[in-house]
Amino acid sequence: MPVSKSTKLLINGEEKEVTFYNAETLLSVLRHKLGLTGAKPGCLNGDCGACTVNIDGQAQKSCLTLAIEAVGKDILTVEGLDSPIQGAFVDHFAFQCGYCTSGFLMNCHALLTEKKNPSDQEITKWLESNICRCTGYKEIEEAVKSVINFSNKR
Amino acid sequence: MSSYNFEYYKPKSIEEAASIFDQMDQQGKDPMYFSGGTEIITLKRLNQLKTGAVIDIKAIQECNVFEFHEDSLLTGAALTLTKVEELNLFPLLSQTVSEIADKTARNKITAGGNICGQIFYREAVLPFLLTDSELMIAGSDGRRNAPIKDVFNKQLLLNRGEFLVQMKTNRKYTEMPFVSIKRRRQWNTGYPLLTVAALKAEQGIRVAISGLTHFPFRSAQMEDALNRTDLAFEKRINLALSLLDVPILNDTEGSARYRLFVLKNTLYDIFQELEGDKLASIEEH
Repeated sequence: MPVSKSTKLLINGEEKEVTFYNAETLLSVLRHKLGLTGAKPGCLNGDCGACTVNIDGQAQKSCLTLAIEAVGKDILTVEGLDSPIQGAFVDHFAFQCGYCTSGFLMNCHALLTEKKNPSDQEITKWLESNICRCTGYKEIEEAVKSVINFSNKR
Repeated sequence: MSSYNFEYYKPKSIEEAASIFDQMDQQGKDPMYFSGGTEIITLKRLNQLKTGAVIDIKAIQECNVFEFHEDSLLTGAALTLTKVEELNLFPLLSQTVSEIADKTARNKITAGGNICGQIFYREAVLPFLLTDSELMIAGSDGRRNAPIKDVFNKQLLLNRGEFLVQMKTNRKYTEMPFVSIKRRRQWNTGYPLLTVAALKAEQGIRVAISGLTHFPFRSAQMEDALNRTDLAFEKRINLALSLLDVPILNDTEGSARYRLFVLKNTLYDIFQELEGDKLASIEEH
């Protein structure tokens, strides 16, 4: 029988005591042990980006991260996100079914935090990490650019 | 979650890592070294990999260096591809790895992990093949340095218990003209149809190829043909292709015939990039 152990994860600014197996992914622990179902299982292969969270400010696919690798790191999920990008997604109709949305939001947040004024090429490069089967990506691009333009005007 | 778990260790030194590997091996736990871990996690989920212990090398200082030391660039095996790209100390390497997977995945995939992985493209090795780099490998017998041509043949040849620590590249190569071209069947992410990296060295053009066959390679015969200055560029390319002695992949990414067609055009693009002035002058005549 596999042995799990209790440890602390820093998630959305709070330390959470959680028990998990070494082989368990961060995605699984977030969803099944902590009830944080914002990050979604899509491909479970690192291709679709629906599971994206931020770890120490960097976008990471939680399906390709062991929970134990995230010990001692600052984990941000969509449940803890407070970013203008969220309102921008609503304003620009940048989602339909919403399944990919949390992954996109976390990646966009990481992009806009790292680069205040990303070029079109940079936006495309970053967002190639996430797949949407509903929209044509145009609205998502407009939502990102609206946040950049708003930031530039302030 | 499956009933299959493993022990997890994160040593802080090369010697500690090798020692843990030995202990786990003696206990019959089939240990594995873990860097980015993207392949291990994926293959484990698909039940294509079984291990009783993983040894995470990301805390080992030598595996994380990325700096010039005297006349050499040291590239740690645990560096993420994003870090390699952002610091851009080796532009050919930056350009080559910037096309692997996608941006977020590159925040996790490491240089050493890509080179040592089971997925055969191993594109991160191409710049090191081109630059005749030296590899530092470590295990319970200590550390050893070896020219890449002696330890990389289709894949990295490691003895049991060994792991790749870092790559050492002569500084002069990092400053030479280069080009790296990745052709895919469609879109901008995904596995390559073909990746060709090239360098213009003192002796001539060097090329290394991934995706044409089941392993990345560099061919001395092909390079000799491509550097035949007595021949026109197109004849050199045709001669180089005639000297190919590897089985060409024929799969859903592309047929063998299509791959050769793409390789031919890619080699021409490489000549355009690295010998553009000579190409124009020959074509005028």
